[in-house]
Amino acid sequence: MPDAPGLELIAQGIEKGRDGTVIETSTEHGRATLIVNPDGVLHALSWLRDTPEQGYRFLSSVHAADYLPATPRFAVHYELLCRERMERLNVKALLADPAAGDESNGAAATEKLPELDSCVALYPTAEYQEREAYDFFGIVFRGHPDLRRILMPEDYVGWPQRRDYPIGGEPVLFTHNEIEAPRWFE
Amino acid sequence: MEVERESLRARQLRARDLLRGDLEGRDLEEYVEERLLTTTLENVLNWGRSNALFPMTFGLACCAIEMMSMVTSRYDIARFGAEAFRASPRQADMLILSGRVSVKMAPVVRRVYDQMLEPKWVIAMGACSSSGGMFANYAVVQGADKFMPVDIHVPGCPPRPEALLHGFNKLQRLVRGEPDLGWRERYNAAGTEEWARFESGEPTKEALERAARAVEGIEDA
Repeated sequence: MPDAPGLELIAQGIEKGRDGTVIETSTEHGRATLIVNPDGVLHALSWLRDTPEQGYRFLSSVHAADYLPATPRFAVHYELLCRERMERLNVKALLADPAAGDESNGAAATEKLPELDSCVALYPTAEYQEREAYDFFGIVFRGHPDLRRILMPEDYVGWPQRRDYPIGGEPVLFTHNEIEAPRWFE
Repeated sequence: MEVERESLRARQLRARDLLRGDLEGRDLEEYVEERLLTTTLENVLNWGRSNALFPMTFGLACCAIEMMSMVTSRYDIARFGAEAFRASPRQADMLILSGRVSVKMAPVVRRVYDQMLEPKWVIAMGACSSSGGMFANYAVVQGADKFMPVDIHVPGCPPRPEALLHGFNKLQRLVRGEPDLGWRERYNAAGTEEWARFESGEPTKEALERAARAVEGIEDA
């Protein structure tokens, strides 16, 4: 991973092309992370890929996360790898939940999904991984060639990995919830 | 040892006499009584079936490893005549659900089951296929008997091969004890057959007649 000054230099390089792209840098947990504006994701990724002295040409993972109750709620993580120097760099795009705050609309509110530019044109490997993020978190990737569910059944309703999604299954009686049904065995 | 040899020699001589037609009267009757057993055709048929079940090659998850070791020489299901796992549902008459059934896999499992010829039996192996097990979540069917009939549930996570063999022996008893009924009769599900249909979605005349006959058969019985 690039050290803290190196990360600042990268952030400055990205900012040179377009102001306001990098919101924050972080080196916590031994991971260099650029937190970027969702509008500038493609700019940051293409700068990191195409600048000769950076050369982050390998995208090892794209995944989403739900940070409820934090705002902005969602984040999409891009984990980049420079194979020449074996350096890893994370790019994190924070996404607000467009459905937050208007529960009065009911079903219509849940149809408002967060959107982000697709990076399939830059990294073809992102195609399936963006589909997975869409499948589980309902994050719409603009410009994705074939955005549909990948692991859940095609007619599935809902975004099961969101933190406010019910876990499902059937209630099972253990000793810790026995109080709710005393002497259930009689 | 000497006595045994003597009696064997005596029996061999008696068998030779029978074949020659020299055995007569009381000797002949004794000989026949020793060797004959009377029963019904149904019993013999079910006895044969229970000792020649053909399982389907169908592993769903980690339980499948235990199911495979059940076939190995250490546990050896060949002792009970079910070692021939068939790769086609058309040739199998037993389905072992070895593992969790996800929501996406359930239609596939049901389809495999529907393709098997009757009579057919199902063992739900392990906690997951019986009740969902530890996977109490959105992705796993909470018990395979929600979408298909199950004859035997084997508990465990995963059950040891001995446990599965025990379950299989129970199934053999079921096959022997039950009269020759298909699963639709056993589960009061007559008339739920998948019908041959025209392109318009209408069932064909033959399919309707067959379904009507099946329902009549149940009502008469």
